[in-house]
Amino acid sequence: MLFGLPLLSLIIWLPIVVGLVVFATGNDRNAQLARLIAIMGSVLGFMVAIPLYLQFDSSLSSMQFVENHPWVERFNIYYYLGVDGISMPLILLNCFTTPLVVMAGWAVIRERVSQYMGAFLIMSGIVNGVFASLDAMLFYVFWEASLIPMFLIIGIWGGPNRVYAAIKFFLYTLLGSLLMLVAFIYLYQISGGSFSIIDYHKLPIPLEPQILIFLAMLLAFAVKVPMWPVHTWLPDAHVEAPTGGSIILAAILLKMGGYGFLRFSLPIAPDASQYLAGMMIALSLIAIVYIGIVALMQVDMKKLIAYSSVAHMGFVTLGFFLFNAYGIEGAMVQMVSHGFVSGAMFLCVGVLYDRLHSRQIADYGGVVNKMPIFATFFMLFAMANAGLPGTSGFVGEFMVIMGAMKVNFWYAFLAATTLIFGAAYTLWMYKRVIFGSIASPAVEGLNDVSKREFAILAILAAAVLWLGVYPFPLTDVMHATVDDLLAHITQSKL
Amino acid sequence: MNTVPPDLTSAYPEIFLLAMVCVVMLADLVAGEKRRYVAYYLAQLALLGCALLTFTSLSTETSYTFSGMFVDDPMSDILKLLVYGTVVSVLVYSREYISSRGMYTGEFFSLILFATLGMMVMISASHFLTLYLGLELLSLSLYALVALRRDTVIATEAAMKFFVLGALASGFLLYGMSMVYGATGSLHVAVVSEAIKSGVLSHEVLVVGLVFIVAGISFKLSAAPFHMWAPDVYQGAPTAVTLFISSAPKLAAFGFVMRLLVEGLGEMVADWQGMLIILAVMSMAVGNLAAIAQTNVKRMLAYSTISHMGFLILGLISADWNGYSSAMFYTMAYVLMTLGTFAIIMILSRDGFEAENINDFKGLNKRNPWYAFITMLLMLSMAGIPPMIGFYAKLSVLQAVLNAGFVWLAVVAVLLSVIGAFYYLRIIKLMYFDEPESFDPISPQTDVKVLITINGVAVLAFGLFPQTLMALSLYAIERSM
Repeated sequence: MLFGLPLLSLIIWLPIVVGLVVFATGNDRNAQLARLIAIMGSVLGFMVAIPLYLQFDSSLSSMQFVENHPWVERFNIYYYLGVDGISMPLILLNCFTTPLVVMAGWAVIRERVSQYMGAFLIMSGIVNGVFASLDAMLFYVFWEASLIPMFLIIGIWGGPNRVYAAIKFFLYTLLGSLLMLVAFIYLYQISGGSFSIIDYHKLPIPLEPQILIFLAMLLAFAVKVPMWPVHTWLPDAHVEAPTGGSIILAAILLKMGGYGFLRFSLPIAPDASQYLAGMMIALSLIAIVYIGIVALMQVDMKKLIAYSSVAHMGFVTLGFFLFNAYGIEGAMVQMVSHGFVSGAMFLCVGVLYDRLHSRQIADYGGVVNKMPIFATFFMLFAMANAGLPGTSGFVGEFMVIMGAMKVNFWYAFLAATTLIFGAAYTLWMYKRVIFGSIASPAVEGLNDVSKREFAILAILAAAVLWLGVYPFPLTDVMHATVDDLLAHITQSKL
Repeated sequence: MNTVPPDLTSAYPEIFLLAMVCVVMLADLVAGEKRRYVAYYLAQLALLGCALLTFTSLSTETSYTFSGMFVDDPMSDILKLLVYGTVVSVLVYSREYISSRGMYTGEFFSLILFATLGMMVMISASHFLTLYLGLELLSLSLYALVALRRDTVIATEAAMKFFVLGALASGFLLYGMSMVYGATGSLHVAVVSEAIKSGVLSHEVLVVGLVFIVAGISFKLSAAPFHMWAPDVYQGAPTAVTLFISSAPKLAAFGFVMRLLVEGLGEMVADWQGMLIILAVMSMAVGNLAAIAQTNVKRMLAYSTISHMGFLILGLISADWNGYSSAMFYTMAYVLMTLGTFAIIMILSRDGFEAENINDFKGLNKRNPWYAFITMLLMLSMAGIPPMIGFYAKLSVLQAVLNAGFVWLAVVAVLLSVIGAFYYLRIIKLMYFDEPESFDPISPQTDVKVLITINGVAVLAFGLFPQTLMALSLYAIERSM
């Protein structure tokens, strides 16, 4: 409780309400007002989320900050909220990212500012709802609702091919989620009329329906993560989305897929998870290796980072299906770290794009001469993206590789190739963009980062380094939950 | 012979409306060209009076009158109240439209009221003949409404098509009813049901009758493969009439199906279930696929209606209170969405200009963000995206289908609704992503403004809190069936 208000509800609804207020500021004459309200709202949103961490009891594996009220009695749907060690860090990550996104769009977005800012705030609240829901239908409502603001963000403020990207994004994700809906309704039937996720965790289900449930949910989560081969929407969406949209997409929305595996697939269908683990690991390894090579070939910076996201998220799904603590905790760390790193990478590309209006690697070269501060930050994030020790990127990948080693040497071997490919595509891009002689008169005219950009990059850099050097606060909160989850998965539900 | 006069109390709303239609016609005659609003307000008053009469005598039990030909139960009361509300909204939405197109006449209002009366009779009928009479009263009024602008070719063509196919469907229906009569010896819904339950009747005759009845119903519901009339009529009719055709009659059709199939032929579930599955799947497939190709909004919405009817029929398939109440909830949600959508089309239209092409939605966000927002809510709701009401409508139907054990049917429905999402998204895309082609201000009258706002917000609000409507439909079904 905070000021007598339930904390989780506050975290969800405060950004949404502020977002509506931002909408209400109307047209672009009040743009500055919209920006101010948005930044205050998003910072406030982060501040109300801090008690979530401070008051969190990391020795418990059960749900905390629980709120439970009847919502739709006809179908036993409850407004049932709660967080554990898995969802809490993701909520914090989301609340942390929102102010950065608002700042990133501060000067760049000049058209329909109130709608842009409002959409991001509402998005933030909805995503918090996704992570905090303990009722499958409530989860589903938030999950689907999150498509709407993102669809508009890509479609209104995106690049030249934005319409195609926005509709592809929407339909792809919708297809996946609707089958998940069927799975939820099926669970509702066999659980005797309950939509509570906690009830589902305890529900015994025979293997065959378990596999069907797993596959139905897999489509929803795999599209979101995204896993190979259903990742094709991501490069399109990323390339066309405005910088803020790319950041949220990579840092937050992809995590919804990973979270889904931990909250739904693994605990609800543990036997199916074990049964299909080989397939899941294979898909993850393909994502890591094959998409890593694909990333190497990209000429568009955003596309390159998008593919590198797919490869990094491959680590997440790999970690989940190793069924040991290193794997799952590593995957969780990787999710949070990827939130910081990919967000920062997209931001860096955004900084360049705002100046030169090109994302082509070939259009750049010698940027370091004109933007030394920027080049330093970009260097740090590129290293983190490549998984250099001391940065957050290393911790997660290392833990997952250790987990893989316990299961099978070759898994670990293939996963470790990412350290080579990741370094190759990231640093090669960095070299071509930043170093060398000044490529064009346009590059000659570049200005280094503004104070606002400096602030955003510095905050992200601090987060990347902090998580890389001292990940304990993060692993500590999830420890009990992950142990409990593992114990749960290894017990058959047949 | 000494006959007891029937107890008229439960039919008061119908009788009152009939009287009021005559009053509207006479008053319009007297009021003349300058004071057309007299008819408008009288029509609204008539509906208000009906609502009052129905509301003050809400029944909790089923009661029959007119020798069992007329039934009054909670379902009929609720459906009738919804019909009044829908027709009131239709009148509010269409007033400006019809007055700028020379349709602001007494005939328009009296025909609408006659159609409403027909719907009320359909909802409350418990005899095959009463059902048929109600249906014909509705249909004939609709034919005339479509043809009201007799100087336009497209409307006349639509009316002809509507009439010919509608008459054919009525013929089917009557033929089917006569078969059932032949087998059971009665036209009373309850007696027919009892007779079939006895199990001594010729099953073949009944099934042949059932096939014709289902075909007739599908025509009226515009379910594929009996949907051919819908796109032409939707496109050809004046938008105000399309709004009317696509909204309230669906409520009545739901009541009609419940009386005929569930109450009358409920014992033949095993026979009609299979037919309905085919109808549902075909409607969803044809509706969603054909809608993609449309560039005319009204035509697109016609196909969208067809797919919605497929979903509605899906709810009936499970053949239990759960499914029926889901179908009823779906109907309510559908009517709410369709009202709002056609209202938006009408406010985008102006004198001599019909906003029929989907391109007329281009850049609506720049012209008027609020109407664009409402349209977005409506489109998302039609596509079944939470937190809009359309999602819960789909959820409850899918839930009923899965409950009845048809997993594959639910998966098919879900896949087809992904296809359906595309053309709704296209409207959102046009409104938000494209530049406007015209900058004409959109300034409807205040009553329309308020009602559209309420309508759009209701789509969201009932999506956030769907319990009321769900409980209402559950109550209606449980108390009546």
